[in-house]
Amino acid sequence: MRRNQVAVVGAAETTRLGVIPDMSQIQLHADAALNTLADAGLKPGDIDGLACAAETPTQLAHYLGITPTWVDGTHVGGCSFMIHVRHAAAAIETGLCKTVLITHGESGRSLIGKPPRSVRADNFEGQFEAPYGTNGRPTQFPIPLLRFMKTYGITQEQLAMVSVVQREWAAKNPRASYKDKLTVEAVLNSRMIAYPLRILQCCLVTDGGGALILTSADRAADFPHKPVYVLGTGESVETPVVSQMESFNSSRAWRVSGAQAFREAGITPRDVDHLMIYDAFAHLPLYGLCDLGFMPPEATGEFIANRNTAPGGKLPVNTNGGGLSYMHSGMYGMYALQESVRQMRGIAPAQVSGARISVCHGNGDMFGAAGTIIFSNQR
Amino acid sequence: MNDSARAKPLPTPETQHYWDGAAAGELRLQRCQACSKAYFPPRPFCPACGSRGVRVFAASGKATLYSYIINHRAAPGFTAPYAIAVVQLAEGPRLMTNIIDCPQTPEALVLDMALEVAFQKLDDTITLPVFRPAGA
Repeated sequence: MRRNQVAVVGAAETTRLGVIPDMSQIQLHADAALNTLADAGLKPGDIDGLACAAETPTQLAHYLGITPTWVDGTHVGGCSFMIHVRHAAAAIETGLCKTVLITHGESGRSLIGKPPRSVRADNFEGQFEAPYGTNGRPTQFPIPLLRFMKTYGITQEQLAMVSVVQREWAAKNPRASYKDKLTVEAVLNSRMIAYPLRILQCCLVTDGGGALILTSADRAADFPHKPVYVLGTGESVETPVVSQMESFNSSRAWRVSGAQAFREAGITPRDVDHLMIYDAFAHLPLYGLCDLGFMPPEATGEFIANRNTAPGGKLPVNTNGGGLSYMHSGMYGMYALQESVRQMRGIAPAQVSGARISVCHGNGDMFGAAGTIIFSNQR
Repeated sequence: MNDSARAKPLPTPETQHYWDGAAAGELRLQRCQACSKAYFPPRPFCPACGSRGVRVFAASGKATLYSYIINHRAAPGFTAPYAIAVVQLAEGPRLMTNIIDCPQTPEALVLDMALEVAFQKLDDTITLPVFRPAGA
């Protein structure tokens, strides 16, 4: 894909985030979509491309009153939205549609209009993992972590700093779920969930949503807000079962997706001003820093512990507070994208001054899938 | 602990040999006749080269502890805290399992410790391969 041919011209989250028991999941999609249409100065009838994951494009098109000529229902977990952006950019560039709406809504906490997650007994997870007592993501996603820590000499204290610095970012964000100061001691004394991870190293469980509108860069100047250009994109998948990852020291899907996005963007990690790394659990930013090429894995723990990703640090990471402190409805990627767009528009609550390039990396179904979008505010 | 609520695998035609093996006290893997790779989970072709020329064989049951978590929350059929581990088999593949005959603590569960396969009968059709410290 060519650089900067497509831009985000509308972006918004649901009016409320957190606990929203008075809205079903599809209405959370619609709330985010209506806020985003208003942000872009558009009506549903202006949309000819539609992508979503937690509901189907058919459900959403009918609910919102949209007649699309292009749809994408890619549903590979929390990075589905990064992949929607990538597919939408390709569709716009090749003329399949002109104006794409990507929506997300998830009643992750209140579970209104959302079926509970179930595991089939006959697939690889059901046959070869669930019988050993896996019981939700906290019992699966952290399984590679002890190996990673042993291989690269990462300490519990370094890992605890991920939660500490993200809470510092969250403290600057009025919409963050948790803003109270954290310390390494508080993290390491919090309730054990799945050793080695404790409750303050696991994401929130909330309700909410968000949406984006993309169109060609040539049309983008006609919209109310500063366009945010899509500079590079990547995607990949590896395995639905964490036990069968090629390596526990690195994610193949993350590496493939990240490398593709950087290659497409024609930049290196040194050019990046702002970075979002999906953080369902505290170990993910460490994997992200190495698998996206920012540093060798053995440097990641010290890099975070030395406050390089914190406010005032040289590489601001997860500046909304992340899934650990901002919000996490189950599939978090949309909220990471929203923060990248805010940073590129220059309107983030914890704005990184002068930021020109933002990398937004998501994972899905744990380490199963990945999507990476590189944004720029300069064409 | 309530064993009746515990998740049980539902074998498919492609995995039945694995579950039959476990019931017979064997850990059955597959090996590609074209590229020699041993692999898991079961499927009737080689995930490394795509060859359909594959053979089932009984693994040695020798393994080392590759990584794990210790779950501290309640789960159907399990008493917390309990470890969910991934072991490195001597033949190459890794698999998820539980570690028996060993305290479920970070002090006792040391990465790279030697393990051997054991079998835990859940009911008349399903027996699970599990692992215990070697020589325990």
